[in-house]
Amino acid sequence: MITVSLTINKKEYTCEIDPQTTLLELLREHLGLTGTKRGCEIGECGACTVIMDGLTVNSCLVPAFQADGSDITTIEGIASNGKLHPVQEAFLEYDAVHCGFCTPGMVLSAVNLLDNNPQPSQEDIRRALAGNLCRCTGYQQIFDAVQAASKKMKSKR
Amino acid sequence: MNQQFEYINPQSLDEAVKLAGQGSVYAGGTDLLGLMKNDIAHPQRLVNLKALPELKAVERQKGKGLRLGALVTLNELAENEMLQKDFPAISQAAGSAASPQLRNVGTLGGNLCQRPRCWYFRGDFDCLRKGGATCFAMDGENKYHCVVGGDGCYIVHPSDMAVALLALEAKLEIYGPGGQRLLPISHFYVLPEDDPTVETVLQPGEIITSVIVPEQPVGSRSVFVKFRERSAWDFAVVSVAAALQVQNGAISGGKIALGGVAPVPWLDKKLNNTLAGTALDENGINKIAASALTDAEPLEQNGYKVILARNMIKGVLQSLAG
Repeated sequence: MITVSLTINKKEYTCEIDPQTTLLELLREHLGLTGTKRGCEIGECGACTVIMDGLTVNSCLVPAFQADGSDITTIEGIASNGKLHPVQEAFLEYDAVHCGFCTPGMVLSAVNLLDNNPQPSQEDIRRALAGNLCRCTGYQQIFDAVQAASKKMKSKR
Repeated sequence: MNQQFEYINPQSLDEAVKLAGQGSVYAGGTDLLGLMKNDIAHPQRLVNLKALPELKAVERQKGKGLRLGALVTLNELAENEMLQKDFPAISQAAGSAASPQLRNVGTLGGNLCQRPRCWYFRGDFDCLRKGGATCFAMDGENKYHCVVGGDGCYIVHPSDMAVALLALEAKLEIYGPGGQRLLPISHFYVLPEDDPTVETVLQPGEIITSVIVPEQPVGSRSVFVKFRERSAWDFAVVSVAAALQVQNGAISGGKIALGGVAPVPWLDKKLNNTLAGTALDENGINKIAASALTDAEPLEQNGYKVILARNMIKGVLQSLAG
């Protein structure tokens, strides 16, 4: 067993786990944070995307030991004080959710994009979401939602 | 993950090298974990390089060129403004690899050492590269396999970085139980005819610590282009990297490297011998392109790669001429 200490959604955790545990397994199975989805488990689909130290990662390909000391944001940490993030609101408004399985990962990639690039072009959005597969193929609604969220966030700034 | 392994976090390079002899070095892990989950790699020990900051530097010294630490991530390479300006082939190759999430974690050293994507190798086939008796691609589904250099095994090397670094005539600093050695990247990869079970000359316990890229002569231009079936998150069907010097409308020196055509990043001899002295006009460009892959022996489904590579070379040369 190894000990891993990390911050998840601004809350500190210390966990005793097997070295084989991935960050995805730590989140879902040890901490009950099941908003992060288990998809392909080999880094191809992006359903398990979380933000780690300011960067999007596939949590299925991050061993928990590698996340020791890091700051993680999952989909559960995106809304604040019961109010949805503008990206989440825009996903609802633009029907950017079909089956919903890719949505947590999509939202995290989009939030991370807007944190770093508040006024992205369509090309920037496509590039930032390139690691997130939507099997329902509703990509255009997703791109539109991210663009709308960036405009909404700009007007509030 | 279902595999049992010991996990160690060495605090020095010497300690890492000592421990790595009986295990796998762990950098970004994006390829290694996939190999472990697919039951291809079974390391008893993972030696994490995370605590070694000396492997994370990007430095440029006048006259000595560029030193890129092996743990620099692909996204750091893609977004580095100095590289975008003076070594665009490096940032273009890094930015075209994998997905944003993988580029945030995947490292330069790991990209150079990743294992092939051949679906027989990755799948449940006891192929030559995994110690079996046959290459299933030879008479199987071989659309994405090599057209040159295959001998018993027909993989293509998947690294984009290696193709760019080969054109730039980079060297690899390798540290191991026997000390340090400096190896041109053109000597790093292994053809199946020499050993079909490994892709590189790395010995147990050896670690790539840095990549050294020589300062390019004045008037040099470099570029990396990649053809893939999807415009994102896909491996190269064919890639072309060029680092060329151009004087008075003609090529005066430099190299073109090809990816996706051979089991190793490929320096086509005839192609590279045709470069120096050839004018970058329509005739010259056609002559250079036609000299590429003249010794290709395509399999049943991949003859298109020869035409594709030649056309991509034309495109690259036109962009450098313009």
